[in-house]
Amino acid sequence: MSGLFSEFMIRAALAGLGVAVAAPFLGVFVVWRRMAYFGDATAHAAVMGVALSLMLHLPVYLGVAGVAVIMALSVAAMESGRPGLGADSLLGVLSHGALAIGLIAVSFLPGARLNLEAYLFGDILAVSWGDVGVIWGGAAAIIAVIGWRWRALLTATVNPDLAWSSGMNPDRDRRILTLALALLVALAIKVVGALLITALLVIPAAAARPFARSPEAMLGFGVAVGGVAALGGLGLSYGLDSPAGPSIVAVAVALFALGRMALVWRRVE
Amino acid sequence: MSRLIEAKGLSAGFGGTDVLSGVDFHIDGGEIVTVVGPNGSGKSTLMRMLVGALSPRAGRITRMPGLRLGYVPQRLSIDPTLPLSVSRFLDLPRPAGRAAKAAMLERVGISALADRPLAGLSGGQYQRALLARALLVDPHLLILDEATQGMDQRGSADFYALIATLREEMGTAVLMVSHELHVVMSASDRVVCLNGHVCCEGAPEIVSSAPEYRALFGTGTHGALALYRHEHDHSHDHDHHHGHGHDHGDRHHHDHGAALDKTGTDN
Repeated sequence: MSGLFSEFMIRAALAGLGVAVAAPFLGVFVVWRRMAYFGDATAHAAVMGVALSLMLHLPVYLGVAGVAVIMALSVAAMESGRPGLGADSLLGVLSHGALAIGLIAVSFLPGARLNLEAYLFGDILAVSWGDVGVIWGGAAAIIAVIGWRWRALLTATVNPDLAWSSGMNPDRDRRILTLALALLVALAIKVVGALLITALLVIPAAAARPFARSPEAMLGFGVAVGGVAALGGLGLSYGLDSPAGPSIVAVAVALFALGRMALVWRRVE
Repeated sequence: MSRLIEAKGLSAGFGGTDVLSGVDFHIDGGEIVTVVGPNGSGKSTLMRMLVGALSPRAGRITRMPGLRLGYVPQRLSIDPTLPLSVSRFLDLPRPAGRAAKAAMLERVGISALADRPLAGLSGGQYQRALLARALLVDPHLLILDEATQGMDQRGSADFYALIATLREEMGTAVLMVSHELHVVMSASDRVVCLNGHVCCEGAPEIVSSAPEYRALFGTGTHGALALYRHEHDHSHDHDHHHGHGHDHGDRHHHDHGAALDKTGTDN
């Protein structure tokens, strides 16, 4: 048991908790506004951000956040004027395009190539105290911003015209949501990696849905699911020597499945 | 009477075509104004510009400082992934007190539904919930965009009667968009007939006998009733090419005509 409490595990647990607690604040809106593909595109662009940071000797967080912001804003801009393509197709193009180009860019960097798996699936056991600080700082910023805009975002989610008629600006709130999403991608890249960030957004919120009677309850249950998944996934990873990021997501999926089974059980009884 | 909204020379469009051009519009405190027009005439576009959801291509909109709008949008659909009870919905955009919410639900006749999920309501209940939310901000102006879509005739008549009562009590101005003219027009102070531009405007009896209006909606029982038998793309050069037979209808035929009108719009 002593290994569980060794310092790197404590750092990993704190990093995982930070991301898992912040993610549902955006995840509920990703689910309500059907933005899962949008999350994918932003997260996949992170691989390009990694390549860029390594090339320019910038902190990885900075490059990832920068590229994710550019990606998110261009997706949002293209969506409003898309030429005869469904939003899902357009995002499919951008999401996989960003991933492919990012992978090529990384392959030109010998040092990064070795670490490719860490950027795709995360390397939570290698986070430093500095990383933990960045993650908790970023998580606090996301929670504060979403908390501040909660009612406006909720109104705009129900109907943007309702928000306009109440003197709000749903376009601006959408941009705030987009920027917060880019920030989360930057925080999560070391924890679960570019490929699984969307999982942390969608799965806890989706697991919470059947048990929630209000938007706030759905957020609260989502945070709980995310926290349990982060800690449980780390435990699983420690016990099975499995990769940590995928283990966290696997526990979240297991919680989702348990919830659905409980619903069916309740209906049968 | 204070001017709530004044718009001058509004134009709006998507891509290359103008949906609206050169529209002047105003509404004063306490007025009931109905905007009528066929599908695609720009009614909803005008409403969205007036509430600030859409920027006009040209023209200017002036709102009274501190203007409170109660907006009931056309076709509001709640995503089933969003758990939202009626009572919680009334807290958007700003929390309303428990007592105020209960009183408003009572007033619109759905007090038993406060804790029900919004997504599970019938069409009429749903519109009443939207109306309650709009009224909770104590609006200077209530805007209803095709508020009775999806209701049967009895339901929409009840709904408009409720709005008339509420307006009496609260003194709020009402701006309605509708095609159910027989229900709406008699209660309106002013009717604006829209088809890409303002065709005609004035008191209901004046508008309903205006050639521009008749060209759009045909002639009906003493003019307050529109028959939708005609094609909607009108031309001002060919007035009165149909529906003359109805001009001679007696007044007691009104209800019968209203029923015909309803079936006519449903096709």
